Amino acid sequence: MNTEIAGIILIYALTAVLAIPLGRYIGKVYEGHRTWPDLIFDPIDRIFYRFSGIDAKKELDWKQSLFALLTINLVWFILSMIILMNMGKLPLNTDGNPSMTADLAFNTTVSFISNTNLQHYSGETGVSYLGQLTLMLFQFISAAAGMAACAVVFTAMKERTTEKLGNFYVYFVRSCTRILLPLSIVVAVFLLFRGTPMNFEGKAHYVSMQGDTVQVSRGPAAAMVAIKQLGTNGGGFFGPNSAHPLENPDYLSNIVENGCILLIPIAMVFALGYVLKRKRFAWMVFGVMTVGFVLLLLPAVTQEMHGNPAITKMGIAQPMGSMEGKEVRFGPAASAYWAITTTVTSNGSVNSMHDSLTPLSSMAAMLGMMVNAFYGGVGVGFLNFYIFIIIAVFISGLMVGRTPELLGKKIEAKEMKIAAIIALLHPLLILAGTALSSWLYAHNSAAYAGWLNNPGHHGFSEMLYEYTSSSANNGSGFEGLGDNTPFWNISCGIVMLLARFLPIIGPVAIAGILARKKYIPESAGTLKTDISTFGMMVFAVIAIVAALSFFPALTLGPIAEYFGMR
Amino acid sequence: MKQNILPALRLTIFCMIFFMGIYTLVVLAAAQTLPDKGKGKVVIVNGQEKGWELIGQKFTDDKYFWSRPSAVDYNAAGAGGSNKGPSNPDYLQQVQGRIDSFLVHNPDVKKEEIPSDLVTASGSGLDPDISVQGAYVQVKRIAKARNLPVERVQELVKRYITKPLLSMFGTERVNVLQLNIELDGTK
Repeated sequence: MNTEIAGIILIYALTAVLAIPLGRYIGKVYEGHRTWPDLIFDPIDRIFYRFSGIDAKKELDWKQSLFALLTINLVWFILSMIILMNMGKLPLNTDGNPSMTADLAFNTTVSFISNTNLQHYSGETGVSYLGQLTLMLFQFISAAAGMAACAVVFTAMKERTTEKLGNFYVYFVRSCTRILLPLSIVVAVFLLFRGTPMNFEGKAHYVSMQGDTVQVSRGPAAAMVAIKQLGTNGGGFFGPNSAHPLENPDYLSNIVENGCILLIPIAMVFALGYVLKRKRFAWMVFGVMTVGFVLLLLPAVTQEMHGNPAITKMGIAQPMGSMEGKEVRFGPAASAYWAITTTVTSNGSVNSMHDSLTPLSSMAAMLGMMVNAFYGGVGVGFLNFYIFIIIAVFISGLMVGRTPELLGKKIEAKEMKIAAIIALLHPLLILAGTALSSWLYAHNSAAYAGWLNNPGHHGFSEMLYEYTSSSANNGSGFEGLGDNTPFWNISCGIVMLLARFLPIIGPVAIAGILARKKYIPESAGTLKTDISTFGMMVFAVIAIVAALSFFPALTLGPIAEYFGMR
Repeated sequence: MKQNILPALRLTIFCMIFFMGIYTLVVLAAAQTLPDKGKGKVVIVNGQEKGWELIGQKFTDDKYFWSRPSAVDYNAAGAGGSNKGPSNPDYLQQVQGRIDSFLVHNPDVKKEEIPSDLVTASGSGLDPDISVQGAYVQVKRIAKARNLPVERVQELVKRYITKPLLSMFGTERVNVLQLNIELDGTK
């Protein structure tokens, strides 16, 4: 078999094999069941609670949990704005990089607290080391906030009637210390040994064999790269992210980094199975997600390995495939695999430049973000999927003439309204943003000439991709887009903000309302939600919503480009 | 809000100490066990610094194996790709220009032998590798420029092929810097 294909099968197999036990562990962490690392983490967590004045025993209802989440995010917002707008004068600025302007700091702050990690700056020149460490802090805590919100929903889905959904702060601290921290240390040390730098030195320089003097940016990269992969963050230390040889030195480091993208998102599904004691339900969710993932992966891998048809016409060989924007050490298969894993989850790190992907691969990447629930971001991926489950239950209930019930709770108009609003919010943000920017460009293309790096349909895709990535809290980009302007910084910032918090508030509210309702034991008349028929129903809902919302926009972008190149 | 703001503030401060401070120091401490202490691996031959092990260099001289084109001219303090779309006419013209220039410098090579990695820019602009075919098509030019037998240079390339991981996973490639260092040492 082709070694490149074998490589990506290996990455997926390793990830899935590790994600199943990790999921069980995460389930235990949220349930408060005993695990062996408790010996180390119990004392650490106690210090956290005591220092912060948190009563770990006090349970919160869904509204209190959301208030806790929103308040702490407000604190992070202010903290980040202060640091990013003043880091030029603050310590740990060996390379003398400047502070950010207000609009760029707003974009970057929202981007990192919303777990998006869209970067309108370049790591080498745009932030100081203190700035990098601050952004790294958000990579931990924004991921943990999403996981904690997901844990609240897990708790709410249990077979009982209650207002009390555990303690948000406890879920948050436990996600940080017991899940993200140990995994990050392991991955960071591994990357160090592959050659990723970890230091606070300024730029190095060397004289090349041809006599040029070259400067080399470095810094505390290994620590940041580990958590950006694990927490579906994606904000790289260096500009080109994990395509940079210092950020992703070789094929082995690529296996580990790429595996980390899917690890926690898949594990969260199995954690759900553990918390609810419904393994079959978890497998149904995992099955639907995996089918969606594979359907996006196959065209991307084939297209990239097939090469760019326009270059084929020039009469040269494409033995590896399409190589623009890709690294030889990874090759097109591993680059396409990364592109899809990073977009179906809300990671957004890249190991090749997505702007140079062939049209159908870039469409698959965009579709991954448009659905945003095939595995999805840590915690929030399942929250998005939960919305689709609610809709699927409702529609199937109507189709077979039964009261729509999910895990023993009746779904009524109020929950359905919230679900519908959340499901429509994502297309609205993407399409409205793209429409606005296209309108501006079309009416005054001279004034906005700096925006697009490519003409025609591909240029349209650059704008569509940017809003899709913002709204999916993904953070990858068609980086040719000249996006460090007040228009892009502010509009993408607003999209990220709405697309982060409303899709957390919605599912938590639905789950909280359902948890209060009377539990109806399963009977012969209950719609079964843990079987493949229901799985197909959920998949159909996802596919129909995505197709109806996005097909017209995709036709103008990647689809038109594809047919234009044949 | 009120009962949340104080815990949120204090929790954030503690997270700063823990994740910006302690976590960073743990990884930094681990870096001290490495020979380069996490500062970056430098290639030194006979006491002379030749470059960074992981970072590709610009090679355009006929007597060296060329690296891939780079959108940032191998600037390791501002790395990046071209971000050119596959259908962009200006970009395609640029690729055509690279093909033509390659053929001028390598008159013995037929166009269909040129692999695309030699005429397309990498994602980082710092790609340290080229494909195996990308090394072989340059052999005749180098042999001529250095007055070496073609077989000798071919053998050298063969020796410097990096196999896929465990010979099973990933790509086969040639590290340009290593190969050129060896080439300079070959008489």
